[in-house]
Amino acid sequence: MKILVCISKAPETTTKIAFTDGDTKFDENGVKYIVNPYDEWYALVRGLELKEANGGTVTTVTVGTSEDDATIRKALAIGADDAVRIDAKAEDAYQVATEIANYAKKEGFDLVLLGKETIDYNGSQVGGMLAEHLDLPFISLASKLDVDGSTATLDKEIVGGVQTVETNLPLVVSCAKGMAEQRIPNMRGIMAARSKPLKVVEASNPNKNTSFEKYALPAPKSEVKLIDPEDMDQLVELLHNEAKVI
Amino acid sequence: MSVLVYINSNGEKIAKNALEAVNYGKKIGEVTVVTNGKASDSSLAELGKYGASKVLIDRSFEGIDEQQVTRMVATAVESTGAETIIFSNDLVGKAVAPRLSVKINAGLVAGATAVPESNGTIAVNVFSGKAFGYVKVNTDKRIISLLPNSIQVEEVGGEASVEEFSGNAGESVITIKDTKMPEGDIPLPEAELVVSAGRGLKGPENWGIVEDLAKELGAATACSRPVADTGWRPHHEHVGQTGVAIRPNLYIAAGISGAIQHLAGVNGSKVIVVINTDEEAPFFKAADYGVVGDAFEVLPRLTEAVKKFKASN
Repeated sequence: MKILVCISKAPETTTKIAFTDGDTKFDENGVKYIVNPYDEWYALVRGLELKEANGGTVTTVTVGTSEDDATIRKALAIGADDAVRIDAKAEDAYQVATEIANYAKKEGFDLVLLGKETIDYNGSQVGGMLAEHLDLPFISLASKLDVDGSTATLDKEIVGGVQTVETNLPLVVSCAKGMAEQRIPNMRGIMAARSKPLKVVEASNPNKNTSFEKYALPAPKSEVKLIDPEDMDQLVELLHNEAKVI
Repeated sequence: MSVLVYINSNGEKIAKNALEAVNYGKKIGEVTVVTNGKASDSSLAELGKYGASKVLIDRSFEGIDEQQVTRMVATAVESTGAETIIFSNDLVGKAVAPRLSVKINAGLVAGATAVPESNGTIAVNVFSGKAFGYVKVNTDKRIISLLPNSIQVEEVGGEASVEEFSGNAGESVITIKDTKMPEGDIPLPEAELVVSAGRGLKGPENWGIVEDLAKELGAATACSRPVADTGWRPHHEHVGQTGVAIRPNLYIAAGISGAIQHLAGVNGSKVIVVINTDEEAPFFKAADYGVVGDAFEVLPRLTEAVKKFKASN
């Protein structure tokens, strides 16, 4: 089975968010990048588990510049066989999905996995766009994925519950919590990652359908109002009359 | 301007986030709604109240298969000539809007929190709720998926006309084997009131006091990441940067310190109440109301107070 896992970098989760250039750019000064947790913990690890059970290969693909190589090596250290970087700065979901689709069409994969969203732009867009480009079914927010021959069985989140669905490969799946457990790379993995292939391919530079023009931080909260723990009637009264939420 | 709004009308009743999408569309232009399934003409005509002029319904298929819905909406885009297409950014919207974006070559603004600015850019949450970004669409057509609970639903109109419609949806290649809907639970992403608890509750056997308050308020229950990771509560209850991001009207957090990753998932809440024994807990800085006290005493007391309030109102 040929598995493709889409990997994106994201600022580490404790990053303090700030903007520069008149609030038009994310301030990358001092920002530490990690592999987007949904891509790493769920998509990549489940891909590796499926490979370990059924045989095959796990390739990662990233749209990015050489600055992304460190996070790509991290994915190789966790266990991917090889990596591909499409050489362009990722700025728009349509651009990223189109680049990956062009590559995936050429190579042919049985399964394309990615995280349910990135923790920086939270768009949840690339999976669906990629599936449409490839004319494949797309299972979004899957928490379980098993493959038997050419049939995939998945659990996916629906409003108010969970649905078990079945479909044939090839297939695009966006992975959510429950899919797999995080793997910490060991020293052997880290050493091996240095010599694993990281192929850089030329970008096809499609249109960027959207662009971020400006950013803003939320208005700071006013001082917390402390309530006497003995007097919950007062809290209920405030929630009703002042906050008007109950 | 001609606006097309997709809604999921397959549930027992049309959900609040669907009404939000119709209402949002009305703020932009003349609204045609497209949907599929078995919903009655009279329930669809009601969408007029929220701003729809016309409802197109494809009765040839039921459910929310993302490929079928994409084809149907694309057909409706063509027949109505809509320039703006609106989804709710719920589970269906997240699967369908990106597909449609490629199919009709229209830029997608995912997770919009407000109507377009005067310069045409649209605000979305970025960095997991830690900031806003303003998105410009560079294509002629645009798709906007609206973050649930971002706008207040208002009644603005009368009755919509309902027309049968053929969306050329094709066949589904996905077979549904089983659907599990936990009885009586309020789905977290849609909930207006949420009661949440963390490690301060000390163990899953103590969740009764959280559930009692949630039940009394008609709220959904949620939890912090360590609680879901240790298996005290199911994963789908985990709110935060790597769990579900929610924006209810009221978020009550007991025994949660308020790490930056947790705040990222809840800081879209309109009102936050924090209950914690540690007055230095960072969560108090993000709270509107704070109670420095033991959740084991405060939660039952609050449940009683809500009970009393309900009895007298």
